[in-house]
Amino acid sequence: MDIHEYQAKEILARFGVAVPQGALAYSPEQAAYRARELGGDRWIVKAQVHAGGRGKAGGVKLCESEHEILDSASDMFGQKLVTHQTGPEGKGVYRVYVEGAVAFNREIYLGFVLDRTSQRVMIVASSQGGMEIEEISAQRPESIVRSTVEPAVGLQDFQAREIAFALGIPAKLMQQMTRTLQGCYRAFTELDATMVEINPLVITADDRVLALDAKMTFDGNAVFRHPHIAELRDKSQEDPRESRAADRGLNYIGLTGNIGCIVNGAGLAMATMDTIKLAGGEPANFLDIGGGATPERVAKAFRLVMSDDNVQAILVNIFAGINRCDWVAEGVVQALKANPVDVPVIVRLAGTNVEEGQKILAKSGLPIIRANSLIEAAERAVTAWKNDVAQNTKMRAV
Amino acid sequence: MSILLDRESRVIVQGITGRMAQFHTKEMLGYGTNVVGGVVPGKGGEKVHGVPVFDTVKEAVAATGANASLVFVPPPFAADSIMEAADGGIRYCVCITDGIPAQDMIRVKRYMMRYPRERRMVLTGPNCAGTISPGKALLGIMPGHIYLPGNVGIVGRSGTLGYEAAQQLKDRGIGVSTSVGIGGDPINGSSFRDILERFEADPETHVICMIGEIGGPQEAEAAEYIQNHMTKPVIAYIAGLTAPKGRTMGHAGAIISAFGESASEKVEILSAAGVTVAENPSDIGETVARVMRKAAA
Repeated sequence: MDIHEYQAKEILARFGVAVPQGALAYSPEQAAYRARELGGDRWIVKAQVHAGGRGKAGGVKLCESEHEILDSASDMFGQKLVTHQTGPEGKGVYRVYVEGAVAFNREIYLGFVLDRTSQRVMIVASSQGGMEIEEISAQRPESIVRSTVEPAVGLQDFQAREIAFALGIPAKLMQQMTRTLQGCYRAFTELDATMVEINPLVITADDRVLALDAKMTFDGNAVFRHPHIAELRDKSQEDPRESRAADRGLNYIGLTGNIGCIVNGAGLAMATMDTIKLAGGEPANFLDIGGGATPERVAKAFRLVMSDDNVQAILVNIFAGINRCDWVAEGVVQALKANPVDVPVIVRLAGTNVEEGQKILAKSGLPIIRANSLIEAAERAVTAWKNDVAQNTKMRAV
Repeated sequence: MSILLDRESRVIVQGITGRMAQFHTKEMLGYGTNVVGGVVPGKGGEKVHGVPVFDTVKEAVAATGANASLVFVPPPFAADSIMEAADGGIRYCVCITDGIPAQDMIRVKRYMMRYPRERRMVLTGPNCAGTISPGKALLGIMPGHIYLPGNVGIVGRSGTLGYEAAQQLKDRGIGVSTSVGIGGDPINGSSFRDILERFEADPETHVICMIGEIGGPQEAEAAEYIQNHMTKPVIAYIAGLTAPKGRTMGHAGAIISAFGESASEKVEILSAAGVTVAENPSDIGETVARVMRKAAA
């Protein structure tokens, strides 16, 4: 689960990480008012979206007057900010954060991640802050310092010092650096984060260590024990179909293709998408309806997949183990009778009682295209989609 | 032989009184698994399908001689249950639970290290379908009848995709020595490499079928082990060719966040290590059959 920069800064500040003074605004006028409250004569106006790369996309502006703040904020509000992390559809800007501009001498990259090799929390730091970590690893890999934390005792001060010295931080700033690193680590572990990133962490002209930007991601499996983090969820930053699916207990990710997928199990769902691609099509979505594949879930899944206007065929692939195929087939038939769809539906069942399942589909009177193997299902879906598109084009031509 | 689980395994089910756990306990008993007890704090003295329930793992182990456990406990309490099993003398634990916080699993892994290697519990999962040694015992939630006894070792992260592979093998009359689910979570009990080591040492396993997916370093780590230490042929399939970068595909661990974690990169790494990779998931069974024919020739 992602949160906004200003929220991450509020959290980190509570754990002792120094951040610039700033204030949140919901309109350009409020942004100008906030700047007046903050004082000073140079401010940064930052669009609050759940994505990195805002600077290059015009989402971060230096302003030197109230007038400029009004202009910059007006350009941001209500717009879709498109960065290299948002995809072409962008993310809507509904909040901006105003901070007093800070003069600094050095930019440092600081990240805390779950390292899957050591299965521990790893600190990743670099003297080349301001660049994305991917760029740093490609261009200046030698500048990267890594350190893993022993979970039983937590981050030790010597580790923080080692990192700071390796980055070339002067000794007089050691205490500030240690406090920053310890604060991030405590925030990470106490709040069940999966990522904390400060990029850049700067050394200001007056020798302060300050987090100019901050990003935190939380473990979706752990938000149940942090209700105040759960409250920070901002649905305006999510794909509406994905939020709707998540609220209904389905795991959905929208993609750009035309063949909708309804599958039980995440691995099988990915394998189904891959097979569609191998057969010459493009999947419209990832959708895992869970191992059980109950009729209610199948019905919900059809409604969800059909809410994507790009979908021109639907492939249902269910491996029924404990739940028999005849039962799953009944569910598919019920769902389609209650909510008829106007695109070809291809159903592939496998597992227990597959013949009975096929019979139920055949006898239903519904125009379901049946398939025996995954590749056959994908090929039939691609053919049906192409025929359907060709037919619709012809009808339009007439 | 088989790995991790056989007829002699004495199994307890942690969380046995839950609806799903009761159902799968019945399935496991029906398969012939030696389920000797259950553990639910506060429900000691009850019975589920004739199986006695205990308050603690230690009591269950003392009374039944249990050495294997299946954890069916809800996510907030699952890590605690795994550690209780490790401390109670259980040697092999499968955790089915999906949704355990990653930091809980970091704690579990650290906790298990406090036991010397020869007394350390082996954990597979969480977020997996379990382990089956066909014809011998089932410790999990998979449908037992899709597996024939035989000589192919299966190891994979996904449940239903693993079933798909087993069904394709069964359709060709090919049997399985043991099938192990290592689960879809980023922090898991056993890696591909851990299980491959066991298959390499198991005389009954002749060929290994490995089913991976996007995200994490464990397929690449397995490739290195296969290249340097394995004599048995390995075939692999990697799911997620069409998965977009940076998105979590159902499994908490199925996310491409670093170099080498995409499906195409993993395929390349495995192929370079001498693994026969099935590009199409419908070809898993046929690829195993082909490799077995070649090995026999």
